[in-house]
Amino acid sequence: MTTQPLQFVPGSEFKRRAAKVVADPFLKKSFRGAMDFLMAKRAAQFPDPELLERQRTLAEHIRRYSLARMPQLLEQLEANLVKNGVKVHWAENSDEANAIILGICRQHDAKLMVKGKSMVSEEVELNHAMDAAGIDALESDMGEYIVQLAGEKPSHIIMPAIHKTKQDIAKLFAEKVPGVAYTEDVDALIQVGRDVLRKKFMDADIGLSGVNFAVAETGSLCLVENEGNGRMCTTVPDVHIAITGIEKVVEKLEHVVPLYGLLTRSATGQAITTYFNVITGPRREGEKDGPREMHLVLVDNGRSQAYADEQLRQTLQCIRCGACMNHCPVYTRIGGHAYGTTYPGPIGKIVSPHMMGLAATHVLPGASTLCGACGEVCPVKIPIPDLLIRLREEATHDAKPGHAPLVGQGAGKTTFASLAFKGFAFLYSRPALYRTFVWAATRFRFLTPGKQAGWTDSRTPLKPAAKSLRDLLAERENRGS
Amino acid sequence: MSARDNILGKLRAVIPGQIPVAPDEAISTHYASLPRTAKASLAQEFSEKITAWHAEVHAVPRDQWVDKVKAVLAEKQINTLLYAPATAHGKALTHAGINGLLAYDQPIEGWKQELFEGVDAAITGTRGAIAETGTMIVWPDADEPRLMSLVPPIHIALVDADTIVPTLYDAITGQNWSAGLPTNALLITGPSKTADIQQTLAYGAHGPKELIVILLTGEAAQ
Amino acid sequence: MQRNIPDGPRPTDIYFFATCLVDLFCPEAGMDAIQILEREGIRVHFPENQTCCGQPAYTSGYADEARLVAAKQLDLFPEDWPVVVPSGSCAGMMFHHYPKLFAEDPVRKAQADALSGRVFELTEFLLKVLKVQFKDAGQPTKVTLHTSCSARREMGTHLHARELLGQLSGVEVLMQSHESECCGFGGTFSVRQPEISAAMAGDKADALKKTGAEVFLSADGGCLMNINGTLEKRRDSFRGQHLASFIWERTGKNNGGQA
Repeated sequence: MTTQPLQFVPGSEFKRRAAKVVADPFLKKSFRGAMDFLMAKRAAQFPDPELLERQRTLAEHIRRYSLARMPQLLEQLEANLVKNGVKVHWAENSDEANAIILGICRQHDAKLMVKGKSMVSEEVELNHAMDAAGIDALESDMGEYIVQLAGEKPSHIIMPAIHKTKQDIAKLFAEKVPGVAYTEDVDALIQVGRDVLRKKFMDADIGLSGVNFAVAETGSLCLVENEGNGRMCTTVPDVHIAITGIEKVVEKLEHVVPLYGLLTRSATGQAITTYFNVITGPRREGEKDGPREMHLVLVDNGRSQAYADEQLRQTLQCIRCGACMNHCPVYTRIGGHAYGTTYPGPIGKIVSPHMMGLAATHVLPGASTLCGACGEVCPVKIPIPDLLIRLREEATHDAKPGHAPLVGQGAGKTTFASLAFKGFAFLYSRPALYRTFVWAATRFRFLTPGKQAGWTDSRTPLKPAAKSLRDLLAERENRGS
Repeated sequence: MSARDNILGKLRAVIPGQIPVAPDEAISTHYASLPRTAKASLAQEFSEKITAWHAEVHAVPRDQWVDKVKAVLAEKQINTLLYAPATAHGKALTHAGINGLLAYDQPIEGWKQELFEGVDAAITGTRGAIAETGTMIVWPDADEPRLMSLVPPIHIALVDADTIVPTLYDAITGQNWSAGLPTNALLITGPSKTADIQQTLAYGAHGPKELIVILLTGEAAQ
Repeated sequence: MQRNIPDGPRPTDIYFFATCLVDLFCPEAGMDAIQILEREGIRVHFPENQTCCGQPAYTSGYADEARLVAAKQLDLFPEDWPVVVPSGSCAGMMFHHYPKLFAEDPVRKAQADALSGRVFELTEFLLKVLKVQFKDAGQPTKVTLHTSCSARREMGTHLHARELLGQLSGVEVLMQSHESECCGFGGTFSVRQPEISAAMAGDKADALKKTGAEVFLSADGGCLMNINGTLEKRRDSFRGQHLASFIWERTGKNNGGQA
């Protein structure tokens, strides 16, 4: 299995990047404000906690059922898509996905591709591959357009430009879009994007989109959006290519309804998006618009690794709402770019190891306090903290006998940590030894070091009490109280 | 071995564990357990909700919708109105002799630029609507193509109050969507919008800047 | 999520599982908790052989090491008495994670399941099992409350602590902004990611102080050490106190008690 070719080098760089953001008071204020806004909007959608719990249980049920039957559903999806006139492609990794898309572009001698929002296309670094082949791949979601224009990557899966202020964007447009004067008026800025991109929709040879739900029974692809660029990309150009992860398949359209209802409410606190698009094939005989050719690229890229293990499979329940990042105190402090992965935040920490291997990502599952806010808001009940702990274990140990190793299995192993925990177990599983340790620690508390790893960077040293609880109890006993 | 065989092979090699029962019954039980809007209140709920999504709603007796369209065209200074001449409402518009009517009667390839740059508004029918979220169901077809509800800056939509159902689940199951979907079934809830710049809501991101709903009410005209 | 505690006869004896942090770093809090329980007429048993619940190893991905330590704790409580823990995260570990930790060992699993059913976080035990009614003996004061994440999300005890404080007539509980947000301790997280941890601890300290409370309370030793250490480093005199100590003092210690 190949791992992801990276522009980002996560892991080693994570700490440095995180520290940089944490030290920036302006970024701090802006992330905090954005996350507060999104949390409040979501909360307003779920006034009844019991109803929410019922909805989450139902959504989890649907996702688990879909995953349990995934191989059959994928075959059913493929058969029905083919019947509807869609060409279906399978890609085991990023390189294969990019090669397939490039092949379609070349067949059509394409110069310009307009892209609707697709995190999977980010994951496989499609823009990079298109660029290398001399094809202009232009993002058309406003947030994606902004980050692409800035030469950056999305910092949030739902709100790609959440790290940018309107002043940043005003400056960016004035610099990069010909004939545009500096303005901080948001309506005017959106109008700039609209004008630029409308021309591109007309001229594009290929429209690319993601998929929110792929319906096996009808051979349909569902797209969720507010802007209408997804509709443009899937309707105006002559060729539509959709790209998605294999886990997005569900059996029936009815199964989509509860998931869609939770997706938009969890993501941005909207009861529904402006557009819900059910695409069931290319232009039919007699129709006057729509693409003449349609493709779906089904991408594995490590998902089958997660699928192979019953616990890790829960990762694939995700419907990409981003609520976990909106509620994550770590994401709120460091923003999306620090992670160095396509998917940031809690979901990124549990999904990226399968896509990029643990060698590149093992630090991420560790960068969590396990506070549980992510799992609490997850609309499909992914036990994210449990999966973080599991990946910490996989990152620091060899595979268990009878289990296939994960890519990068054990890459985070250090002699220091494994000795430390061996020592911990040795000490704390021997009560007599532990009592001696407590006795010594309290008597020799004056020996407590003044510098304690990272702890004392921002805190006073931890110092044992003069008497332990068991000392106090013994004294009381002696006093005969 | 193809990528397809490899992927499916890996997935099939997995011992699936306990397979949950099909969720169909749980889904229908769930929706049945929720409070339902009475039929008489559906139109009002729909109007309120879609208005909250920034649409403009005009409720009119069903035999007077053409006059309402004329009034809207005048008020919004719409000079070119894209319409679908082969539909029933298209025929009514042709018959009414409205100025500036532009028929979508040829494939997009022949007039893409004109569609993008020379049309003020489009008028379409709808297949129904959903009260709970203030949503229109639009099923484009050969007569009334997909781009009509997307490209012109103003979208005028005719919604028959009798076709409003309480929820999306009602629509999908009651109308048996799975039995025959168009190339592009659509739910539309308000004009195009974005909050991608500093969470500030702006309308008319890529699609229509305005959505005008003509809600047809009352008894069918004889 | 709060667990359902069925009504039953009032226990006469309990085991007290102090936790390693309380034993070594804040023993007074443990002592005060024990004294509150005793004042309620409960015989408190302190198993001498208790060490640590094993959470540091478990959450770091060292399940085998955690199991070694946890197994020793499983043997500490032979009688069918409740096990009371003055710390939400350690109670959460025993209540929530022990059964998972021993999923593949039928003998230990049965022990873990049985223990899970009778582990109580201190405030939960006082309120839901003993149904205490405290009488306030102190001067009017303003406090604020920080609940650890595991107490909140694994045990649902943020509500218990607030309800207990509500019994104290002179105590006004002020709410801090981002009340449910983590303080950034996270065990080894605080040394593995010191910058992020410091930012979170700093924000939590700010939010607690900004309420204007005289003291902040918590029923979790880890959070207390983290936030108090941060405040002390800043040379700020604002401090946190263990909820057990606060209640013990407010209710007149040995002279006070039930309403």
